[in-house]
Amino acid sequence: MDETQAKIKDFLSRFFKSHDLQPEEDVFSLGFVNSLLAMQLVAFVEKDFGIQVEDADLDLDNFRSIRAIANLVARKRGAPASA
Amino acid sequence: MQLELTAAQRAARDEFRAFTAAAIVPHAGRWDRDEALPPEIVRRLAELGYLGTIVPRELGGPGLDMITYGVLTEELGRGCSSVRSLLTVHDMACQAIVRWGSRAQKESYLPRLVRGELLGAFALSEPNAGSDAKGIETTAEADGDGYRITGRKKWITFAQIAHLFLLIVQCEGKPTAFLIERDTPGLAIEPIRGLLGTRASMLGEMTLAGCRVPAANLVGRIGFGISHVVAAALEQGRYSVACGAVGIAQASLDACLQYSRERQQFGSPIFDHQLIRAMLTDMLVQVRAARLLCYRAGWLRQNGDPGAFAETMAAKYYAAIVAARAATDAVQIHGANGCSDSFPVARYFRDAKVMEIIEGSTQIQQMVMPRFELQEF
Repeated sequence: MDETQAKIKDFLSRFFKSHDLQPEEDVFSLGFVNSLLAMQLVAFVEKDFGIQVEDADLDLDNFRSIRAIANLVARKRGAPASA
Repeated sequence: MQLELTAAQRAARDEFRAFTAAAIVPHAGRWDRDEALPPEIVRRLAELGYLGTIVPRELGGPGLDMITYGVLTEELGRGCSSVRSLLTVHDMACQAIVRWGSRAQKESYLPRLVRGELLGAFALSEPNAGSDAKGIETTAEADGDGYRITGRKKWITFAQIAHLFLLIVQCEGKPTAFLIERDTPGLAIEPIRGLLGTRASMLGEMTLAGCRVPAANLVGRIGFGISHVVAAALEQGRYSVACGAVGIAQASLDACLQYSRERQQFGSPIFDHQLIRAMLTDMLVQVRAARLLCYRAGWLRQNGDPGAFAETMAAKYYAAIVAARAATDAVQIHGANGCSDSFPVARYFRDAKVMEIIEGSTQIQQMVMPRFELQEF
């Protein structure tokens, strides 16, 4: 897990304290994503990674897992996605 | 930690305060009785650049910082909650477009919203859907290269005069946001009168009879209407309402400080009576506490901090309660005079009650805020 993924995991862990979230795990299927998290997650990735999440990025697949979010961050930064 | 306004923010506050004293306070009682704001005050707000102040410079707005925006809302709210309401819903529409609008929507609407050529409003509530936002029944059906919208919206602030509505509907069974213009065929708006408070907020009920909107009017994406678009708009609205509630509480305190020194009972000003001072003390401490919560929320919002959502909700929750309590005590201190429209505190009392209901009721916030706190636990 790279630094970006580790930061994302740390943030998401606030919402899911008793679970060791894995990079590929579908956070929606775990049932803890709700409207409280949605905008906080956007604010988090924008502030911590210096990107701007736009209307075109509103796709659940961009937020489905730690890796998906990390890939979104990489794309917005113009860097290759992490494997 | 910086707990003081900057020199520029203090200067802005003085400007807002002077405007409120000269152009709003003398007329707010009449507007309340008329159940309408006159076009002149709306025009004046636009001329002064008080509409759409949150729109960033790169999108054609002044990009006012969040603390100064809060000060503006407090000062206007101190004079008239309906004027504050105008800013609140207008800026909610602006915020939704700033945050999730397409480039075309930003270019088309934001400059006109900032100039006040368009007034924005927020159309979420329905006859059968209030706190349960996901229970909305208005639908958008795909229709060629656009959508056809059918349903009703109720309690829409400034629907009587707004030109552009952020409308939340069910599309493909998912909450979705659209922009709809007032002159869209099939859209009818009926005034709602006889409200308890914020009576000059020109509420309306909207009937949408197969209103056709282009696909380009979709805000964000289908299914993200509540989780992202409404969330962004309501967060803006909560901040505005929180600061406006501080304004009501401050106005209540100001009225009581003046009245209690003039009103004589038992041979002395009632200000000298211990139980009056007890009420004044509670009022002034709570006003200051609520204002500090607003400043903290504003600071976090300005910095794009994820914690802004929880702090803004906390500020709105507390400020609304403080406003209601302060206005209740203000009526009590004014006695029979407080029950008449000869003094403004009766209006503050009615307006403050509304603050506990709009932009998330006190009880909804009591349901949600402990869940925020669990994140930090």
